[in-house]
Amino acid sequence: MDRRTFLKTTAGAGAIVATGGLATPAISQNAAAKTLRFVPQANLANFDPIWTTQYVVRNASVLVWDTLYGFDEDLTPQRQMVESEENSSDGLTWTFRLRPGLKFHDGAPVLAKDVTASLARWCVRDSMGQMIKALQQELTAVDDRTVKWVLKKPFPKMLLALGKNSTPMAFIMPERIAKTDPFKQIDEYIGSGPMKFVRGDWVPGAKAAFEKFADYISRQEKASWLAGGKNMLVDRIEWVIMPDPATASAALQNGEVDWWENPITDLVPLLRKNRNISVDIADPLGNIGAFRMNHLHPPFNDVKVRRAVLMALDQEEYMRALVGDDTALWKTLPGYFTPGTPLYTEEGGEILKGKRDLAAAKRLLAESSYKGEPVTCVVAQDQPITKAQGDVTAELLKRLGMNVDFVATDWGTVGQRRALKSPPGQGGWGMFHTWHAGADCVNPAVYIAIRATGDGAWFGWPNVPAVETEVDAWFAAKNLDEEKAAIKRLNKAALDSVVYAPTGFFLGYQAWRKNVNGIVKGPIPFPWDVSKTA
Amino acid sequence: MLTYVARRTLATIPVMAVVALFVFSLLFIAPGDPAAVIAGDQATPADVERIRQSLGLDRPFLVQFSDWTWRLLHFDLGRSIFTNLPVTTMIAQRVEPTLSLMVVTLLLSIVVAVPIGVLAAWKVGTWIDRAIMGFAILGFSVPVFVVGYLLAFFFALQLEWLPVQGYTPIARGLWPWLENLILPAIALGCVYIALIARITRAAMLDVLQQDYIRTARAKGLAQRPILFVHALKNASVPIVTVIGIGIALLIGGAVVTESVFAIPGLGRLTLDAILRRDYPVIQGVVLLFSFVYVLVNLAIDLLYTLLDPRIRY
Repeated sequence: MDRRTFLKTTAGAGAIVATGGLATPAISQNAAAKTLRFVPQANLANFDPIWTTQYVVRNASVLVWDTLYGFDEDLTPQRQMVESEENSSDGLTWTFRLRPGLKFHDGAPVLAKDVTASLARWCVRDSMGQMIKALQQELTAVDDRTVKWVLKKPFPKMLLALGKNSTPMAFIMPERIAKTDPFKQIDEYIGSGPMKFVRGDWVPGAKAAFEKFADYISRQEKASWLAGGKNMLVDRIEWVIMPDPATASAALQNGEVDWWENPITDLVPLLRKNRNISVDIADPLGNIGAFRMNHLHPPFNDVKVRRAVLMALDQEEYMRALVGDDTALWKTLPGYFTPGTPLYTEEGGEILKGKRDLAAAKRLLAESSYKGEPVTCVVAQDQPITKAQGDVTAELLKRLGMNVDFVATDWGTVGQRRALKSPPGQGGWGMFHTWHAGADCVNPAVYIAIRATGDGAWFGWPNVPAVETEVDAWFAAKNLDEEKAAIKRLNKAALDSVVYAPTGFFLGYQAWRKNVNGIVKGPIPFPWDVSKTA
Repeated sequence: MLTYVARRTLATIPVMAVVALFVFSLLFIAPGDPAAVIAGDQATPADVERIRQSLGLDRPFLVQFSDWTWRLLHFDLGRSIFTNLPVTTMIAQRVEPTLSLMVVTLLLSIVVAVPIGVLAAWKVGTWIDRAIMGFAILGFSVPVFVVGYLLAFFFALQLEWLPVQGYTPIARGLWPWLENLILPAIALGCVYIALIARITRAAMLDVLQQDYIRTARAKGLAQRPILFVHALKNASVPIVTVIGIGIALLIGGAVVTESVFAIPGLGRLTLDAILRRDYPVIQGVVLLFSFVYVLVNLAIDLLYTLLDPRIRY
């Protein structure tokens, strides 16, 4: 029985018809084909890609704001808003020429002064931006379409910084908006990207909508991730927020949504059985599972304890707990950089390879300063990735003979607690679990978790000068071979001192209705060239 | 009566003040940091601290509380830390779905539960009574989300009668509005139907043993007027009380139901706000729920006087 028959055969239907309330479908079939309904990974709770570094905000922002350069699928920055660039022979002056005719969504032309204001705001929040800012002599608008950035020292990774897809990206906003304090969020969402943000339709936690920007001038090159032509083949994109994976799965099967960014692995077999649904890997750059140990306090201020944990750690256990037995979805990772990318290396990774030697790990632990004090292991239970890893770690530490103080909490609390530098017994922590997008682990410039600058480093505050020496060497490298050599040394130094513990490399799926075409694998759900038939 | 209503209305002010203080204090001492959530995983500790300062979250408790209270006295619930939207706007965006869900659930529950409760009392000890009470136990026992998933599976995915998720405003038509609410209302209403049916049965059993019912039967009055005119009216005070108490159940259940059916209501707003530590939103929503609950209790108390003329305030 279909819905129409059901209605006809029930008394309720008669009553409803009597009220005259049966409405016509809200949108016609043609209009429906022009609206792409997308279930994102998380709620779009705010919309300032500089103020926050949340991936979901970045993913929505690439629709609305454009960048000077964009990464292609080879992780090479390509021109986007820029028509041409010139770097002076001494490497100190960069001159960027904007493409003609670029407009913001309010109709105003994109001018060089908008670019300088946007870059100035971005520089405050981005690690590479901060490096450039430290070298900056002046950043000026020469004319309406020309920007000049003069540095005190050469910065060879300039185009990479401007085109990277890790957060925060160097989005270009109108000057008046870009002048907002970088630590306060903007309240006007005007960009020059291929879609306009429909502010009136935004219900945080429920939906967000974007409409095609008619005046967008797309590049002529073929689209490749953030590079090339961003041709929008749908008129409207609706983000439908669904916190519950089972609901999202049912909605996709029922044709109520078109594209789901991150179906959980458990539901994938069900989706594969549906002849109207396609399932494929979402992001070939995947994710790196991790737990970080607190280098400031016992027991993990002793490198022997950290190495003992790494010796005992079985990445296969973590990956099976995290993504299951589908071995196409994960691999062990005896290193820190994303597999399949140019700088990937296993140098120094022997400690993570082969059969695990628990006895040797215990011997190393016995030689260390560890005296049986509790290890405060903080685990967010509301994030499946951290929970699965936390459960494995608790068992690992017990097997190793460590005294585990397992703190089960939520991600919000972990976010607060991991920032505390006090000893674990005084509100601090010993270890916490997280994961890093593979796109953020392709080189040291975007890889905040690998940095080991002590107090200024990411949570855990590793202080390993040898790592930082190699980061500098990578920045100074003149070619790929030099970069690779630096990264090999960096990987080894980081593993020797255990900057953090990688628990493996894993991929995730995306799923879409078969009447949607043009979806590509990538670190961001790129909507350009995606079409939909009725 | 008017004096009573005025007194009760005034009494809500200290109640709301205590709720406000309690909620604010609880959130202040609870762990969690919205600045860390906003900053995201790529942020440095220094960035998190700067955001915390810019949001004013580093200020002492009393300063923050007095600020918030002052705004509250001016009917300003503040702005969401995350969306920067006024809390009143966010609540206004979410009121209709939740109100719709609660009204439909309430109507469905009363329409189903009261007759079957009366029937169970009338047929006490028979298989009908046992079947109804068995259903009631089932309704209590099965969690809302399980009922929700089962309903969505059969009626949306298998039969394709109704949508899986979402909400359509009533302005877009009665049926589009209702079709999104049927499954959630049944899921949420199960426990409520069970509760009201059991109380109705118990209250009716008590009344049906009274002398005046025996007299009515002796006079040859038909069963239907005895049950629905004489007995039910006199059994209605505990039933109405339970319906009033059940509003709290509905509010709690709405959080789960709205998540399962992706309804953008106040329940989901509350949950999202708690997980993100969006303090102004949590405070606003809890205050609203408390206020509604106080008003519902007042309405129930006033309803007693209509149902039982012996009750006077």
